Amino acid sequence: MSASTDRRWLRDVIGIALIIAAGLAGYWLFPDNLALLTRVIAAALLVLSIDLITGYCGVATLGQASLFGAGAYAAGIACVNGITEPVTLILIGAVAGSVAGLLMGTIMLRAHGLAQLVLSIAIVQLFHEAANKASAYTGGSDGLAGLMVSPLFGMFAFDLWGRTAYLFGLALLVLVFIILKFVVSSPFGMLCRGIKQDPIRIRAMGSFVFPVLLKMFVISGAVAGMGGALAAISTQVVGLDSVSFELSANALVMLVLGGLGSLYGALVGTVIFMGFEHFVSAINPFHWMTMVGALLIAVVLAAPGGLSGLLDRFSASGHRAKRGKA
Amino acid sequence: MSDLFRVEGLTKNFGGLAVSRNISLSMPAGERLALIGPNGAGKTTFVNLVTGQIHPSAGRVVLNGEDVTKLGAVRRVRKGLVRTFQVTRLFSQMTPEEHVTLTVLQREGKANRILSRFTGHSEVVGEVESILSTLGLLDVARRRVGEIAYGQQRLLEIGIALALRPKVLLLDEPAAGVPSSDTPRIEQALERLPPSLAVLMIEHDMDLVFRFAKRVVVLAAGEIIFEGLPSEVAANEKVREAYLGNYAHARRIA
Amino acid sequence: MQTVLSIAIDAFAYGMALFIICIGLSLTMGLMRVVNLAHGAFAMIAGYIASYAARDLGLGYAVAIFLAIIGTVIISIPIERLLYRRIYGSPELTQVLMTIGITFCVIGITNYFFGPTLKTIPLPGSLSQPIDVGFKTIAAHRLFVMACGLVVAGGLWFLIEKTDFGIKLRATVDNAAMADALGVRTQVVYAISFAIAIGLAALGGVVGAEFLPIEPYYALRYMVTFLVVVSVGGAGSIPGAVVACLLLGAVDTTGRYLMPEFGNFFFYAAVIAIVCVFPRGFFGRAQ
Repeated sequence: MSASTDRRWLRDVIGIALIIAAGLAGYWLFPDNLALLTRVIAAALLVLSIDLITGYCGVATLGQASLFGAGAYAAGIACVNGITEPVTLILIGAVAGSVAGLLMGTIMLRAHGLAQLVLSIAIVQLFHEAANKASAYTGGSDGLAGLMVSPLFGMFAFDLWGRTAYLFGLALLVLVFIILKFVVSSPFGMLCRGIKQDPIRIRAMGSFVFPVLLKMFVISGAVAGMGGALAAISTQVVGLDSVSFELSANALVMLVLGGLGSLYGALVGTVIFMGFEHFVSAINPFHWMTMVGALLIAVVLAAPGGLSGLLDRFSASGHRAKRGKA
Repeated sequence: MSDLFRVEGLTKNFGGLAVSRNISLSMPAGERLALIGPNGAGKTTFVNLVTGQIHPSAGRVVLNGEDVTKLGAVRRVRKGLVRTFQVTRLFSQMTPEEHVTLTVLQREGKANRILSRFTGHSEVVGEVESILSTLGLLDVARRRVGEIAYGQQRLLEIGIALALRPKVLLLDEPAAGVPSSDTPRIEQALERLPPSLAVLMIEHDMDLVFRFAKRVVVLAAGEIIFEGLPSEVAANEKVREAYLGNYAHARRIA
Repeated sequence: MQTVLSIAIDAFAYGMALFIICIGLSLTMGLMRVVNLAHGAFAMIAGYIASYAARDLGLGYAVAIFLAIIGTVIISIPIERLLYRRIYGSPELTQVLMTIGITFCVIGITNYFFGPTLKTIPLPGSLSQPIDVGFKTIAAHRLFVMACGLVVAGGLWFLIEKTDFGIKLRATVDNAAMADALGVRTQVVYAISFAIAIGLAALGGVVGAEFLPIEPYYALRYMVTFLVVVSVGGAGSIPGAVVACLLLGAVDTTGRYLMPEFGNFFFYAAVIAIVCVFPRGFFGRAQ
């Protein structure tokens, strides 16, 4: 047992080192695009949060932006009302996201299959309408603007080029990623994977299903909420698009592109999707839609496991080849 | 009242069709009971009723003097009423070791921990190893379940059940689908079940039934038509009729 | 009183337009178990064809509807062959992703060819004037939509319950392998059902264009509404779809009349409440 756990440990340490290296490389290579890169990090948190409930628990959702938006608006409203310390704002986002996750889980887990999916969409639309209506607090369709965040730890001001915001976001992402690595490999994470495959078996093992899934919704909400808060802090604006069906659907596409049920896949999918989007939609936003559509069809037909699934398949066949030779 | 486990008048109707009618039986601790009957007799329905996957139209299930009829499947498992499945329900991507570890952790109330490690709880490791070694599954303990032989998967089903430390164990055709060369291993595992455990086994393999069971109950068309020693079964007129005649069919139409 | 009546008539007409579009989706989901999020895309394609035929070619309304239905079904055939056939029986998420992909493609391509503006389908004179029905005057088009809805509901009921094809269809739904063994050509049954569903979407897209205007984002904008109708009504159930469409049409129309500033708020609140109470829809079958 120790040999294999050691190897897994080593793999995770290398993986996290690679994430940090890639993040810092982005900082040096694209100093003019740090705002975009910070948006990528915020989106990555959202995609990770979907992976937790869709990839690890098997609950499909097209409404995850409600949790992201809950975090964004909570942090934004707190910020205009005088709480400007960035770490506190992230925590506020996490709390708001987990409360929204609790609510969303309670509602969604009542249904299964299509009804569940429809509930997720209805919830995000309801959040969207609510945020639009409560314009006294949210700024409605104009968005909540004018967020003035204090310097991080009282020392690092959020500068015009977004350097502080980016590094802050990167640190947050790495921290969350490490915690999630623990979560998905804990007994609880195992239980979730079991539920995804066969809830009846899990019940026959003497474990309830609903509280386990609900707990994952809360964790997922915290992650998405932090993503929302990070987006709010870095762009200093919270718009209605942060609680939209479109954002939810796009984030799901990113996850599927990267590979469901793999935390690395969630990151890779986000980076590739948003990178492409940046270049292609600059040319013509409608070509972008056609491309995403074609991409989705291609993933479903050719690579159901996403990019990380493809990698696994290649490495598995490599192993088999080696074993065959030996 | 000394019975560990008892069902009284258990009845289940689906629409107008009675799939279980007025089934009563009781088991003391250490019982080895076989439940047999022709296809469609309602054996698996009976297991589902007893373990709470479906709820009865009438009747009671009593465990240790406590009425558990109103409890859901999970609570019954936690009280010691455990089943295996006729068709294995295992997680193809997990290893046998992980299956049993998860079950033991669940029993200990530790399966919901978020930040503790899955492996390496020393007290759990010992128990998991002892269960796997009793069943002869140590060599495949770290292979994915999808890659191990079906007979080994059936053994793992039993292993998961044992990890729950049951008081009453319902085995739904433990040898179903297993090549005959592997049947002895299943039988060996059944012989090694804890002596105080009350076991109810559904099985079609009559040799296995006769070697394992001290008592046999025959179910036909949702009803108990015989209860007695294994040696008496074959001679019973009703049983012969149920298996050879059209008994089950005739009763269902009526 | 006048307001209540206006709301009721609008709600009924709107509900019927929804019904014509959604019943096809309900059939594909209930009978073929395909979560087809691209259903609205076909209604939209039909709207574009009808608009082109009626406005640019100057053909009559009836001809435009006919061309739209035929054209859309023809377009759908290769899509069914190449894409949908691979996801029959796949997990729901796979179907969702594939059909969202198709939707995105249709939106992108439509916009490339026809531009982002709204397309109108000019109504003939006979449908654009009000008609006096005794207690009230109603726009003829509204009456036309209601009539279409009732005819579709009745026709489908007859098709499924009373015809030979209906028997084969129900057998295939209950147990495809068994139906296959009994000599029902299930692939053909699926293909025909799919074509009927698409044809209905096309009809609904054209006659419902007054309520749901034709534009490139149509498929995405109303995707949720269509899905909601099906999951509220229960997939595969005609009476369920009728009830769901009328009820949701009523909620939506009433909300717009009385509290326009709240947009779709009540619509979605109603959806959540209904789905929570009836997780399988009003007339859904037990799983």
